[in-house]
Amino acid sequence: MGRLKTLWHRLGSPRWFFEISARWASGLVVAGLVGIAGGLGWGLAIAPPDYLQGNSFRIMYLHVPAAILSESCYMLMGAAGAVLLIWRMKLADMVIAAAAPIGAAFCAMALLTGAIWGRPTWGTWWVWDARTTSVLVLLFLYFGVIALRQALPERTAGRACAILAIVGVVDIPIIKYSVDWWLTLHQPSTFKLTAAPSMPPEMYLPLLVSVLSFYAFFAGVLILGVGNEILLREQRTQWVDDLVRSRAS
Amino acid sequence: MSFDSWHDFLYMGGHYAFVWSAYGIGVAGIAFILIRPLHARRRFFAEQAQRLRRRSPTANGEYDASGTA
Repeated sequence: MGRLKTLWHRLGSPRWFFEISARWASGLVVAGLVGIAGGLGWGLAIAPPDYLQGNSFRIMYLHVPAAILSESCYMLMGAAGAVLLIWRMKLADMVIAAAAPIGAAFCAMALLTGAIWGRPTWGTWWVWDARTTSVLVLLFLYFGVIALRQALPERTAGRACAILAIVGVVDIPIIKYSVDWWLTLHQPSTFKLTAAPSMPPEMYLPLLVSVLSFYAFFAGVLILGVGNEILLREQRTQWVDDLVRSRAS
Repeated sequence: MSFDSWHDFLYMGGHYAFVWSAYGIGVAGIAFILIRPLHARRRFFAEQAQRLRRRSPTANGEYDASGTA
């Protein structure tokens, strides 16, 4: 318990986080990229075609991880928002700042690949049903957080973004259950914690590799982004200047 | 392997336009997500190094008298 408390206090120290995280970021990014290449390659070339959709179902190996990550990323932002408002931890604010553009990119990726997949499968690029619309709302929530940060002065931006991040989390269960609550063209969840996958292993194993690798990649780039936020906010301090000098020489 | 030849693989049973454009978007998205923070970090260090160079190299960590730093 004592060690946990020390860790908690240390997380409040951006410098400590920067020095520890630098070692983790590159490893996670490289592992993530290798895993993504492996998972996507497996899904594209080796997995059998779907009996109904043929080969267009291979878009799933990209679409599903992008969608899962866009949701996880927002939940992380919501949690960070709560930490910021309750404990005033600066690091939480930096996590929100670094995560928002990454989550927005994943969300856009999920929407675009979903539209492309929808065309041969549903016969349309887009439907205004519960799933697609709630994911579009998620993209706008990301844009909202990014815009708030740019529009407001730094002192108020953190709290405003935290509040929007927390409130926006409401959208996540709506996305999750939209396929069960409303009639929709979208198929239900691919993975469920409570039931066996509805696909054979040769189809879902590459997806599992892809999803886990996306998580590793996300963790790596998030740490990189948080490191950048730390540098920006701690610029002109002695330790950042020393770091700049050691890099320049 | 699910395909017999490179042609079959690229043709994707006629769904090539959908599959490959989706994967193009995916690769572009991943590249964007990765390059953005790397680029920001490089720019930060370049700017800060330039700021430090503008300071008088002889003064022991003090700003130069011109007040430009």
